[in-house]
Amino acid sequence: MYSTILLAIDGSKNSLRATTEAVKLASLQENAVITVVHVLDITQSKYDVLHAQGKADLELTRRKKFLSMEEYLQSNNITYKLLFLHGEPGPTIVEYANQKSFDLLVIGSRGLNSLQELVLGSVSHKVIKSVKCPVLVVK
Amino acid sequence: MIEKIKKEWFSNIRGDILSGMVVALALIPEAIAFSIIAGVDPMIGLYASFTMAVVISFTGGRPGMISAATGAMALLMGPLVRDYGLEYLFAATILTGIIQILFGVLKIAKLMKFIPRAVMIGFVNALAILIFMAQVPHLINVTNITYLFVIITLLIVYILPRFLKVIPAPLIAIIILTAVAIVGNVNVSTVGDLGKITQSLPSFFIPNVPFSFETLAIIFPYALALSIVGLLESLLTASIIDDATDTDSNKNREARGQGIANIVTGFFGGMAGCAMIGQSVINVKSGGRGRLSTFVAGVFLMFLIMVLGSLVVQIPMPVLVGIMIMVCIGTFDWSSFKYLVTAPKGDAIVMLVTVIIVVATDNLSIGVIAGVILSAVLFAAKISHVKMHKQETSQGYNYAVEGQLFFASVDSFVQAFDTTIKNKQISINFTNSHVWDDSAVGAIDKIALKLKENQNTVTITGLDSASKKIVDKLAVFPKQNAKLSDH
Repeated sequence: MYSTILLAIDGSKNSLRATTEAVKLASLQENAVITVVHVLDITQSKYDVLHAQGKADLELTRRKKFLSMEEYLQSNNITYKLLFLHGEPGPTIVEYANQKSFDLLVIGSRGLNSLQELVLGSVSHKVIKSVKCPVLVVK
Repeated sequence: MIEKIKKEWFSNIRGDILSGMVVALALIPEAIAFSIIAGVDPMIGLYASFTMAVVISFTGGRPGMISAATGAMALLMGPLVRDYGLEYLFAATILTGIIQILFGVLKIAKLMKFIPRAVMIGFVNALAILIFMAQVPHLINVTNITYLFVIITLLIVYILPRFLKVIPAPLIAIIILTAVAIVGNVNVSTVGDLGKITQSLPSFFIPNVPFSFETLAIIFPYALALSIVGLLESLLTASIIDDATDTDSNKNREARGQGIANIVTGFFGGMAGCAMIGQSVINVKSGGRGRLSTFVAGVFLMFLIMVLGSLVVQIPMPVLVGIMIMVCIGTFDWSSFKYLVTAPKGDAIVMLVTVIIVVATDNLSIGVIAGVILSAVLFAAKISHVKMHKQETSQGYNYAVEGQLFFASVDSFVQAFDTTIKNKQISINFTNSHVWDDSAVGAIDKIALKLKENQNTVTITGLDSASKKIVDKLAVFPKQNAKLSDH
């Protein structure tokens, strides 16, 4: 079964649904670990740094956004770690996923910005194309 | 040591060279436009961008960050150039470097992290507004063709990057519209109308100013303002790059490095510069990480000017105006409108006051200093006051204390109590408070003893562990027969 699961989230509703599915899969297997990653691009860095008073505050405000998700993982007794990666979302997820070997990548099908998707294509689509491990796209 | 040099310079050669070239292309229009804001020849900004980038690639504390001639600095030096001339600008640039080295040595750069975020948000917004206002004269009483050029520029810089990412869109706008203007013989003002481009490397000279106290008195206020604003923008930029690349940087070294870069720039006939958020973001996005990227940006910029200088003078001014409008939109923190509503009132006021003072004085440093002072005053006012919530119960009164209890706030604590009541049960709750010092404990003692004298019973609840420690150690009221005079 799937014992190391990579869950890529962006805070959207679809990524919450992806979380639910990842939890279901992880519950099937003892010792399963979910690695939750959220990618921040440089525009987000710019905004976050300007609005945070120092590094500790920055870390805190970022984690706060995913507090309910962490509570949900904890309430289901899931072993997990939450990581923030930096860069363009698609390539960064691919690079991280291919660097470590995961049994499965779980990702939401549509992110926050539909206008961007129209022009640039969706992040999940890019990820599916070049990631080596099996991918579960949740809609 | 060698290991470190290798890592900072040569660990990302391909990415650094490519991104450095992209940055150089993006720097040219901005360096020219910022020169025009400062009221100097385009060469002054171009030379500054060359020397700043090259020197700071060695001396800076944040590999991958781009420093050059900037809008924030250009806005400050306008009056100096207008009233005293170019030589005084070079002298002020050198003095700026000296002050910044002092800031670095005295580790003042590190203190900048204590500048409240409300002031920083105000700073970037004011910067955007000032750059925009500097464009307004180019947009009033001009021909329709000028407006058309501005609009086409804006369309290119906003739409093109969606399809073509490799070449900076502003440069494409420049190439297309300059070609249109030349081929179509269009009547628009050009960079050449505002200054000359010399196709030569900058050379070393000592600014031609009298070495007197009078000169110092003229340039010092400018140099100080430039030092503060330069470091502020650079440290903000460094923090953004730190975060985006998940690495750390040496802020004091950056301050010293920028000082050295400004001294060199002044001696080579450039205007004072600092790090640029926009260009550094472009660099990181294009794959630049190491010092090599900054170095390549400077060198390639100079190379382009040497080769293409004669074309640069033909760039239509409205294209640069369009690019500057794009820079404003990118600089302005658009979430500020939400911030004004959601942030604590004090923070929102500090942000607004910072912006208003900058716009009113045309000086970023005055706005920042005013913002810092105002937030310090608001902080002191807020913290030197505790809120008291009084509640009547069947046997007496409950008091809930909210805020920090220490020597400055004990008055508002003491005044809240009615000490004339008799035979009641009084409870004082500290759940939302913290007891800091012996003045605070003294105030609690004073109130508790006075109430006890009138046959009331007094209970203290909700102290956190640190507060409890100090109260247990210093307070006398819990003891039997304790009197006020014991304290």
